[in-house]
Amino acid sequence: MKNKDEMIGGRMSRVDAVLKVTGGATYFAEYEVPNLVYGVLVPSTITKGRIKNIDTKKAENAPGVLAVLTHLNAPKVPAYEAKEASKTSSGRGPGLMAFHNADVHFNGQPIALVVADTFERATYAASLVKADYQEEKHQTELKANLAKGNVPSTNKSLQDYQRGEKDAYKTAPVNLEEEYVLPTEVHNPMELHGILAQWDGPDRITVYAKTQGVKMTQQVIADTFKLPKENVQVHSQFVGGAFGMSLRVWPHEIATILAAKKVNRPVKLVITRNEMFTIAGYRPHTHQKVGIGATKEGKILGISHWAHVQNSNYEEFTEATVAMTKFMYQIPNVNTTYRVVPLDICSPVPMRGPGEATGAFALESAIDELSYALNMDPIELRLLNYPEKDPERDLPWSSNYVRDAYQMGADKIGWSSRSNTPKSKMEDGMWVGYGMATGTFGAHRRPATARACMNGDGTLLVQSAASDIGPGTGTAIVQIAAEVMGIPAAKIRFDLGESNLPDAPIQGGSATVASVGSAVHDACLELRQKLVELSGNALKNAKVETLVYEDGKISSPKDRSASISYAEVLKRNNLPKLEVTKESKLEEEQQKKFAMYSFSVHFVKVHVHPATGVVKVKHAVALADAGTIVNRKTASSQMMGGAVGGIGMALTEEAIIDHRFGRYVNNNFADYHVPVNADVPDIDVLFVDKKDPYTNPMGSKGLGEIAIIGMAPAIANAVYNATGKRVRELPITPDKLI
Amino acid sequence: MKAFQYVRSTTAKSAIEAVVKDPSAMFLAGGTNLVDLMKRGVTEPDKLIDISRLPYNKIEKEGSGVRIGAMALNSQVADDKLIQEKWPLLSLALNAGASAQLRNKATVGGNMLQRTRCGYFYDTAMDCNKREPGSGCGAKEGYNRMHAIFGTSEHCIAVHPSDMCIALVALDATVRVQGPKGERTIPFADFHRLPGDHPEKDNTLEKGELITAVTIPDSPYTKNVHYLKVRDRSSYAFALVSVAAALELDGKTIKSARLAMGGVAHKPWRLLEAEKSLVGQSVSEAAFQKAAEVAMTGAKGYEYNAFKLKLAPNSIVEALKIAAGLTA
Repeated sequence: MKNKDEMIGGRMSRVDAVLKVTGGATYFAEYEVPNLVYGVLVPSTITKGRIKNIDTKKAENAPGVLAVLTHLNAPKVPAYEAKEASKTSSGRGPGLMAFHNADVHFNGQPIALVVADTFERATYAASLVKADYQEEKHQTELKANLAKGNVPSTNKSLQDYQRGEKDAYKTAPVNLEEEYVLPTEVHNPMELHGILAQWDGPDRITVYAKTQGVKMTQQVIADTFKLPKENVQVHSQFVGGAFGMSLRVWPHEIATILAAKKVNRPVKLVITRNEMFTIAGYRPHTHQKVGIGATKEGKILGISHWAHVQNSNYEEFTEATVAMTKFMYQIPNVNTTYRVVPLDICSPVPMRGPGEATGAFALESAIDELSYALNMDPIELRLLNYPEKDPERDLPWSSNYVRDAYQMGADKIGWSSRSNTPKSKMEDGMWVGYGMATGTFGAHRRPATARACMNGDGTLLVQSAASDIGPGTGTAIVQIAAEVMGIPAAKIRFDLGESNLPDAPIQGGSATVASVGSAVHDACLELRQKLVELSGNALKNAKVETLVYEDGKISSPKDRSASISYAEVLKRNNLPKLEVTKESKLEEEQQKKFAMYSFSVHFVKVHVHPATGVVKVKHAVALADAGTIVNRKTASSQMMGGAVGGIGMALTEEAIIDHRFGRYVNNNFADYHVPVNADVPDIDVLFVDKKDPYTNPMGSKGLGEIAIIGMAPAIANAVYNATGKRVRELPITPDKLI
Repeated sequence: MKAFQYVRSTTAKSAIEAVVKDPSAMFLAGGTNLVDLMKRGVTEPDKLIDISRLPYNKIEKEGSGVRIGAMALNSQVADDKLIQEKWPLLSLALNAGASAQLRNKATVGGNMLQRTRCGYFYDTAMDCNKREPGSGCGAKEGYNRMHAIFGTSEHCIAVHPSDMCIALVALDATVRVQGPKGERTIPFADFHRLPGDHPEKDNTLEKGELITAVTIPDSPYTKNVHYLKVRDRSSYAFALVSVAAALELDGKTIKSARLAMGGVAHKPWRLLEAEKSLVGQSVSEAAFQKAAEVAMTGAKGYEYNAFKLKLAPNSIVEALKIAAGLTA
């Protein structure tokens, strides 16, 4: 008998759950290697300029200190010498050449790395390093520098876009034009960033990393130090959350490798929570403007979407902020503009729902505003402008059940009790509001390779260099293998997070199950086929396409005695094991035939306290049109996590810089408000759960990003419904509503 | 952090002596704030005198009032039956503070001595007269959304962050102190100070003085009380504005009232004039609004905290309405 929960679509608990809750899971900072020493960074206290002098004497003389690494004494980095820091490895390299020269590009930039025999001693010694600077005037404020925005040079899809007539919204019978501002948000996974680095010889490096791609980290380190890839070993079996921050190698990781070289001992660096804000990326502060116009009946005639995005001054970061506007609704006239604004600050990095989460706040707020201007239900407005096919590329959807999701969500939240007149409903002394919004993200699939190995004892080993930063990748992969092979999950092991495993892409863009899952699916299918071929006459010539795979056996459906276990197949063939390694990818032609997207819809009910402006999300419904749901339990958790992230985006999170100094003033967990349990209401997660025929063998579409995309505007829309106040600058804190 | 010596004291006398002797020695109780400050390099004591085991953790009746040992934990006081029955305002305020984990560790004395949460105070690379007298105030023309609207000086606009203290000042508590010169008592309202020319001084304690207890006199405020805390998230966030409100009612008539605000000044901000305006009035939104108006006399906003000029009176009215039972 197959255990349904172990199959695709089941609710199997995480394969690593016990390890994680008992401390058995080892994270990068927990590895114990002989002779380990500890690194602590010294941040710059100016925002722009050059280091004139750096006094490391006191620190060097402090107890336990082995070295103080600065630009003056750091070992040379081959890629930095060749000025390739940001050009290597598709922009996933360190970008900033820390410890290479005296330049300071942003406040908090590491200017020294102190290595000592204990973490505490290194921390104290770091406080003794003092620098003199030649300071230059800095710019950190986005709003004051919008005019400096550049057309991105690294991303063709973000060039100015136009379909139909430009700014057609202006002449539409009903139109509006508004600005929407998202502040800087910081990923803040529970686990701090860092790396443990060790040189195993003059040209061999081993690192324990917090990464969303061991192969990516391996490639970057190899490129940076100009070593053969196989000379770099990367271990990252467990990652305590990342949300995008570990999609690249940061300068402090390279610095730690340099320090390990300098002291000729393994060095561990774990950055501080304060440094999580300053040196490891963020969701960029973005100014957007949307103009939208429709007929009086609600047919949208034109939309224009402009975005200005916070960037660093040393490399270019882009994300698909204006993408959704091009295809989410059937609009004949569309133009979008995307500008990067270089500022004296660390580079942004993708953060959950990169681009789309920011863009959806503007687009879905504007759609909501239009619905009130038309005196029309916002769902009705969306249905009226639903695109039967992708209007951007004129392609059919691979699948699109967003209309089903609207209906399911409306039923669940009790949309019928919503009033279309804002500020017209009270409950327990609170203004009551309902809001909803749509989200979307590309259903990506990248080439991936998996190895499937049937062992002599009938257990299955599956391997691929994937990451599992928390969504439950390992669990989903085991289910896919269990389904194809008909083996109980307990007999399947999935190895990930090691750079010597078969190629897997980074865990980003909601593509891991689609990519690695497909490779595992295909590898298992081929392995199964080989085992059938080796089964001799045990199956009594049953037709291959009718065979049943269950309980580790291949059986003929007609004649149950015609059956053989996988272990027996190997035994009869004198094979200790049988292994298949297979690369899997989506045919390019398929990609050109269909528009492949995941969709989400978020519904919320809020209470707003009239006297104090405090907003409480009372109920949330998160819906996903994400094809086949491989694991309903972990998928549900992922949707909930995204909704909580959306509450933070809408109501609490904002990293604040004092622009006089270019320094953050709230870079800690007490003052940067991530939602707490008491901020989170009951969240109902619903799945459309209809297989996509084209995306991948499982028929799944990505989930990680859409979980957050649209949640923030759904809340902002509900707040408007409750209060009649449209807040276009997040977060919606009490002061903005009184 | 800087290396320091740790000494565990078994008597108040030895603890006081140890601190008096060593210019940079400090008492350590729950450590929930001090250790953070040490990690950030804001406070760098050479020696910590651990007083957490001194026998000052009891909550006991004293006459018709109560004596709360300085080492009593915040959660212990909040959950105490006697406190909940006779001084429920204190329990409400305590439970509005910090997080459950912190309340389980933080002491009453430590809560009173916690430093401001001003970001400029915490960042040693920025100017702060409280951390480094004479360096300037980063907040005055900086990001001052959390800052004071009452009693500021040109040197400092920081706020006192405690919730507990707002209830204690409203309840006319008294602080008991033991020091090198013996024992003394300080009315709670005089314990914390305004920044003036010396923002580095949060309170009126002398070097080596140790808080041993807080006493609260008998109080008629057992029923019509409320602690309203307005904050950016539902827990573990400092107050934008908080209001401790207590009413003594005779039918619909207000016999006496107690009002204090948090998040608005360098010290717990008692609203004596507003209290007076309520006495003899009938319970009504109009009377509460009048009190709020009186309370706001002299308030002054800065670039990012001007909203408090509206949020504060709104909150006073709301807290009084809830205390009076006009609103759930």
